[in-house]
Amino acid sequence: MKKWFEPLSTAWGGIATHKLRSILTMLGIVIGVAAVISLMSIGKGATAQILANIQSMGANVITISGGAGFGPGGVRGAGGSTQTLTMEDAEAISQQVANISAVAPSSSSNLQLVVGGKNTNSQVNGATTSYMEVNNLKLASGSFFSAEDYQRGAKVAVLGSNVAETLFGSASPIGQRMRMGSIIVTVMGVLESKGAGFNSPDDAVIIPLTALHQTVAKTRTAQGETVVSSITLTVSDESKSAQVVTDITALLRTRHRLGASANDDFRIMSMEELASSLATATGTMTLLLGAIAGISLLVGGIGVMNIMLVSVLERTREIGIRKALGARERDIWIQFLLEAAFLTFAGGIIGVGVGWGAAYLVPILAPTMGMGEMTTLVTADIVILAVSVSVGIGLFFGFYPAWNASRLNPIEALRSE
Amino acid sequence: MIRLEGITKVYPMGKRELTVLRGINLNIKQGELVAVMGPSGSGKTTLLNLIGCLDKPTSGKYHLDGREVSRLSSGELAKVRGQKIGFVFQTFNLLPRLSALANVELGLRYSGGGDRQRTMEALAKVGLSDRASHRPTELSGGEQQRVAIARALVKNPPLILADEPTGNLDSRSGEEIISILTTLHTEQGITLLMVTHDANIAHQCQRIIQLKDGQVVAEEKP
Repeated sequence: MKKWFEPLSTAWGGIATHKLRSILTMLGIVIGVAAVISLMSIGKGATAQILANIQSMGANVITISGGAGFGPGGVRGAGGSTQTLTMEDAEAISQQVANISAVAPSSSSNLQLVVGGKNTNSQVNGATTSYMEVNNLKLASGSFFSAEDYQRGAKVAVLGSNVAETLFGSASPIGQRMRMGSIIVTVMGVLESKGAGFNSPDDAVIIPLTALHQTVAKTRTAQGETVVSSITLTVSDESKSAQVVTDITALLRTRHRLGASANDDFRIMSMEELASSLATATGTMTLLLGAIAGISLLVGGIGVMNIMLVSVLERTREIGIRKALGARERDIWIQFLLEAAFLTFAGGIIGVGVGWGAAYLVPILAPTMGMGEMTTLVTADIVILAVSVSVGIGLFFGFYPAWNASRLNPIEALRSE
Repeated sequence: MIRLEGITKVYPMGKRELTVLRGINLNIKQGELVAVMGPSGSGKTTLLNLIGCLDKPTSGKYHLDGREVSRLSSGELAKVRGQKIGFVFQTFNLLPRLSALANVELGLRYSGGGDRQRTMEALAKVGLSDRASHRPTELSGGEQQRVAIARALVKNPPLILADEPTGNLDSRSGEEIISILTTLHTEQGITLLMVTHDANIAHQCQRIIQLKDGQVVAEEKP
């Protein structure tokens, strides 16, 4: 007990008797660690936010769309049409590709919606009954169309939350009728809002694909298959995502009779892939921020070394006295090394507090300073890393001064002023 | 207690060499009170440093308490200093930021660890119990030297070395210090070796060793 306590209390004494100097030395480490914690928390926060957004869209979703140049609205293409995806493709995928839980082909058009005096132009998705499940959507009120509705081409619609508000205000739209292109549809449900985002369902209307074809003419390929604009599907096992993409590519290339040298006439986007590429990008950003902050930590470490060297010089006589009293080289070495480690450890702990505080304040202050929404995330690994790096810096930069101190000749040290 | 055989000490001074001690032979028995005198530059302090294990002789043998210590490593010498030798310096050499008590406790730090009771006892022996919490700057020169003596004796060393302990003090404080040291010697049987310029002080010792040019030129018993 004494064996451990005595060197610690000696080191503490060295720090406590030079308060101002110790605090200034610590400040360098405090700023460095705080910078690491707060900047890394911003990076980690951005990553977490992006991943959460993707998760809300469904991380196991794969979307297939027609090749480049595919226009919305079922415009009949000229020769060499790019409207290549069909209902039959969707059928084949659902039957022949493994690890798929649901397939939802859909065709979308931009149509004029009119209710009383109000009208709006909105994307209308002609869909099958699995559309809700595949796109991870929930109803706020009403119901979704049934398989029977789909079979008979019932003129019913489910509205995105923004569309419902634009057309009906605060009144319930359920059971109301509205004009859509050349047909009249009855509203049977309203979707829960998903918030703003790329291609948000809040701004769309969903009707049975069979009903869409009553106002927008059905497009057929040369083989007589019914064209759809996209096929969305869910993978039952996320880890098989890449395999599913490969299988679908092979199947569609066969079905579309593409030669070995021909480019794909469709695009497959997997959320899994998107998530991982975004995570890589934000991870790189986090690392970059951490590196910048790390430099300030390094500068703080050099400050510690500087102070320790000065401290050894200033305390040469003290070292001589201690040696005369029986201190071995090791005792002196440990004393100064512990002082450096003590300073940087305390600096690290305070730095974590300051950094954590900054990470807490940034999301609150960022919007008021016109920087938009910001999320920060302090994780245990950053904290442990920052504190251990700061102690490591203390040991590393304290090593040389401590060694210098231990090597002093006691007679010369006692003679120094 | 101390047996020096043909001790020499040579310091390299650039290309030349400076010979400070030239073949010192000396025996000091346990419990002796010895003064070392000599003009400046005669090697008194160097001799004291060698005896105090702060330095190693260039040649010769040094037996301390029956053990040959002239070839020990610096770590082993530090251990010997911690266990057997108490130092009293001309300039006191107290740590200015520590209290008298903490300074005395430092005497135990490298030889077994602090012990508040022994520390207080040592301060009591030099008559400074009521000044334990004072810092050196708040003490007179004589009081500072008494703290230094307490620090030297707190670990009960068999040998105390004093290098001109009264050199920085007025004559009254000097006398007090000498009386404390001689009392320690007579009451506790500590071997005491003292470098001094003052013939009066030297004559209170049992033996006076005269050094000149690094050699013992005379020994007398007052």
